[in-house]
Amino acid sequence: MELSHPESLTAAPAKLIVENVFKRFTSSRATVQALDDVSLTVAEGEFVCLIGQSGCGKSTLLDIMAGLTMPDSGRVLADGKLVEGPGRQRLVMFQESALFPWLDAFGNVMFGLKLRPDLTGAERRDIADHFLKLVGLEKFRHAHVHELSGGMKQRVALARALAPDPQVLLMDEPFAALDALTRDQLYDDIQRIWMGSRKTIVFVTHNVREAVCLGNRVVLMSPSPGRISQIFQIDLAHPRDINSRDLAGYTSTIAAALKGTLKGAVFE
Amino acid sequence: MKRLAVALLFFAMLTGLWELAVRSGRWSIVLLPSPVFVAEYIWGALLDGTLIESTWVTLKRLLIGYAAGVVIGLPLGLLTSTTQVLEDTIGSLALGFQTLPSVCWVPLALVWFGQTEGAMLFVVIMGTVWSVIIATDHGARNIPPIYARAARTMGSEGFHKWTRVILPASLPFLVSGMKQGWAFAWRSLMAAEIYVTILTGFGLGHLLHYGRELNAMEQVIGIMIVIVVIGLLVDRLLFSPWERFLHRRWGTNVKET
Repeated sequence: MELSHPESLTAAPAKLIVENVFKRFTSSRATVQALDDVSLTVAEGEFVCLIGQSGCGKSTLLDIMAGLTMPDSGRVLADGKLVEGPGRQRLVMFQESALFPWLDAFGNVMFGLKLRPDLTGAERRDIADHFLKLVGLEKFRHAHVHELSGGMKQRVALARALAPDPQVLLMDEPFAALDALTRDQLYDDIQRIWMGSRKTIVFVTHNVREAVCLGNRVVLMSPSPGRISQIFQIDLAHPRDINSRDLAGYTSTIAAALKGTLKGAVFE
Repeated sequence: MKRLAVALLFFAMLTGLWELAVRSGRWSIVLLPSPVFVAEYIWGALLDGTLIESTWVTLKRLLIGYAAGVVIGLPLGLLTSTTQVLEDTIGSLALGFQTLPSVCWVPLALVWFGQTEGAMLFVVIMGTVWSVIIATDHGARNIPPIYARAARTMGSEGFHKWTRVILPASLPFLVSGMKQGWAFAWRSLMAAEIYVTILTGFGLGHLLHYGRELNAMEQVIGIMIVIVVIGLLVDRLLFSPWERFLHRRWGTNVKET
């Protein structure tokens, strides 16, 4: 790969490369240029946060990285290979847990594992147990989805996404619907898990503090048309505390820049 | 237990009112027989075997017709929910025929099949299949798209996606579709049995019909009660366990009627 991008600041090899991606959504009433010439390189083991106002195309960009949506032009490379559809190497965690209600917590974690023919049944069960334990839910193995709280659902969803051992974890505002206390706990958990596994994580959020707390880099996107407007490097050691003072400087800089992207934007 | 007691008390009171109405003498005893006579008729018919035999004949027709209706309707409903062309063709056909009361199929069935079991089955299937298609189609459309998205990212495609995601996800809708199909099948069969006399089997609808011919109102009312009880029993035995299971799993308030 001779591709080098100015925003690639880390020395680690590139895990995900987004090249000149355009995406337009057309409905009978309006045409939205969701992504307009977006390029981004995510290094292996990096934690990148995408932030921006609603309508800036951050979720679309994540979907395209996942292979759930195809770009109109441009391409995405994962490990140097063209992304042509969803793949087990890049698992997605959604804002709603998207857990399957006909399976219990354990069954949900097993779902992705059962699609890996290289594992035996016993291995799958061990792995599922391991990840349920990792997210602190080993006691809720057989709980039905509706019996779990919002935070617990997202923990199961996290375990389900981690269990098949993807190299990239794509998270689309996974904590947006949770209360602040639960969120704070999950910030600690996700950092601990990331540091332990060194997965590559792309994390979409509209919460500046959350982005600063988690990311090695924070990618700020601006709406209509959806573009990357600025990239911030967060030079703080993990694990970071969401309430720590060190975050404040970054937070205010990025919040100010985020406000700048609002000019001319239409509120929904 | 308390709910059962309340229900029993209610029905006892209803029967009491009925008996009072008979005793008031305002209506001819031929038109409004006493509940005692009705009970005597049901008991007698049970003992001489006519009731058991007709119930068996009716249930056999019902089960075969209903099973055929579901086997045809479920896949068609799933197909119309996913394919635009099938939605516009079979979907609109089903919508149209669903509005047709199933008794309207009886004349056609008689001409095509004559006074045979085939005519009975035809009416039951026609009464069942369209509503099953529509309920299934509706259900499959209401599966949150996020399930399919999550499944796709985990590598679930094609047959695996259909059997492990779409089918279980639409289970609540399938059950309500099958329940609706059941109600329609039951109605269709009664209409067919009342209007079509065939020699291969004497069903509950026939007993009802001949009760009227003989002016035996205790028979008419007795059979009506039997029909209601069978409907209730099937609901309790066949559908309630499913609905309770779904209720536990989904945490939704699946109505238990």
